[in-house]
Amino acid sequence: MSPAARPDPGVPPVEVDARGLRCPLPVIRLAEAARDAAAGAVMVVLAGDPAARHDIAAWCRMRDHELQDVTEIREATGAGAGPAYLRFVVLIRHSRDSSS
Amino acid sequence: MLPAAADTLLAALAAGWADPHRLYAEGRTARALLDQAREVLARGLAVRPAEVSFLPSGPAALRCGLEGLRYAGRRRGSRMVATAVEHSAILTSGRFLAATARDPALFAEVPVDRMGRVDLAAFEQALAAEGTVLAAVQSANGEVGTRQPLAQAHALCRAQGIPMLVDAQASLGRDPVPGHFDVLAGDARSWGGPGGLGVLVVPERTRWRRPGPVSDIEHGRGDIEPVVALALAAAEAWRQTEAEHADQSAASRAVIGRLRAAASGLADVEVVGDPADSLPHVATFSLLYVDGEALVIELDRRGFAVASGSACTSSTLEPSHVLAAMGVLTHGNVRVTLPLDPIAPTLDDDVSRFIAELPDAVAAVRAQLGASGL
Repeated sequence: MSPAARPDPGVPPVEVDARGLRCPLPVIRLAEAARDAAAGAVMVVLAGDPAARHDIAAWCRMRDHELQDVTEIREATGAGAGPAYLRFVVLIRHSRDSSS
Repeated sequence: MLPAAADTLLAALAAGWADPHRLYAEGRTARALLDQAREVLARGLAVRPAEVSFLPSGPAALRCGLEGLRYAGRRRGSRMVATAVEHSAILTSGRFLAATARDPALFAEVPVDRMGRVDLAAFEQALAAEGTVLAAVQSANGEVGTRQPLAQAHALCRAQGIPMLVDAQASLGRDPVPGHFDVLAGDARSWGGPGGLGVLVVPERTRWRRPGPVSDIEHGRGDIEPVVALALAAAEAWRQTEAEHADQSAASRAVIGRLRAAASGLADVEVVGDPADSLPHVATFSLLYVDGEALVIELDRRGFAVASGSACTSSTLEPSHVLAAMGVLTHGNVRVTLPLDPIAPTLDDDVSRFIAELPDAVAAVRAQLGASGL
């Protein structure tokens, strides 16, 4: 385990919109976005694929990052309503150079 | 199917074609052959022939076992408990029951740990809820190989007076026959027998009753006459598998050890399932940034038939419920199931070639997704 990183309040979260992508693309998009992130960066991932719930959690465990929150979002019905998706909040605990 | 079982099947099609219920000579021959097959399996399963029924498949036997326990317990309630990694025949039945009664409490799915082994404390707690009439626990998981603690689970069931249904489809022919169950279900394919034959064991001590009209088929536990030739072939396969079990099991475990070691040498991989307390013939791993469907096709192109629990390889687009319940990576999943030795005499060489080609195959599918070096 790396020393606990804190979210850096000065840095806005990076959003990764992986809605409409199937496994393993949401995790790949997250990994790409996290490649150059510094410790303390926060990633917000949106994904509709049912496997993402398990695989983003597994990615965080394998890469020693922290999955802080998972919320199911159901958009309002009516015109412009989309299908339900999940919103993940991931705290990057260490930069890539220090990961191994 | 084992070659000896296939020979038996062909011979038995000629000798045992008649309806065992008929009194003419061919019918009596068919009856005698069916009884003979039943005796072989009963002896192998350490039960009495009258406790063994042949059903059309393993899942059919499982569902029939479940329904009979539920019906027998209907005055106490209708609640069911199952591990979260049971066969879908169990899980869909339980969910259907809860959904139609509009009462989610009627079906409890007990969590498993990262290895896929049931949480016994949660299992005990689930059993304690009022109106519970059965618990379903598999002997081992066919997807990841992990064995379940049947002795402890059965002791917990007995303490509450709840019958335990054991799904032995993954382990029969590979592991010793389970000694702890109230109803047992299996599939002849597991031990090298033909497809199209399930086995249901209901010991006399178990309170079990089939819903619906009384049947005179298969000791009242079926409504389809078994195909005599399939039963004979299954018995022949059992004889052979039992005789070779010890050698077979040790050889399989050694090969699986090689496969697991090779898989764990790949980058960004999770080798899943218990490395030791598991079936001797299953190796499963998940690869980060790999499309399971693409990898299955890539390996198939190279001459290897593997299975996958990844969502993209399923018709429902849902990942394997087993991998999900274990909390392991569900994408890029590969499952290697070793055949019984006489079916695959070149197994050792095939596995060596698989191990040699796997890194290349993985690199190829990662590159397709632009995920190299992530």
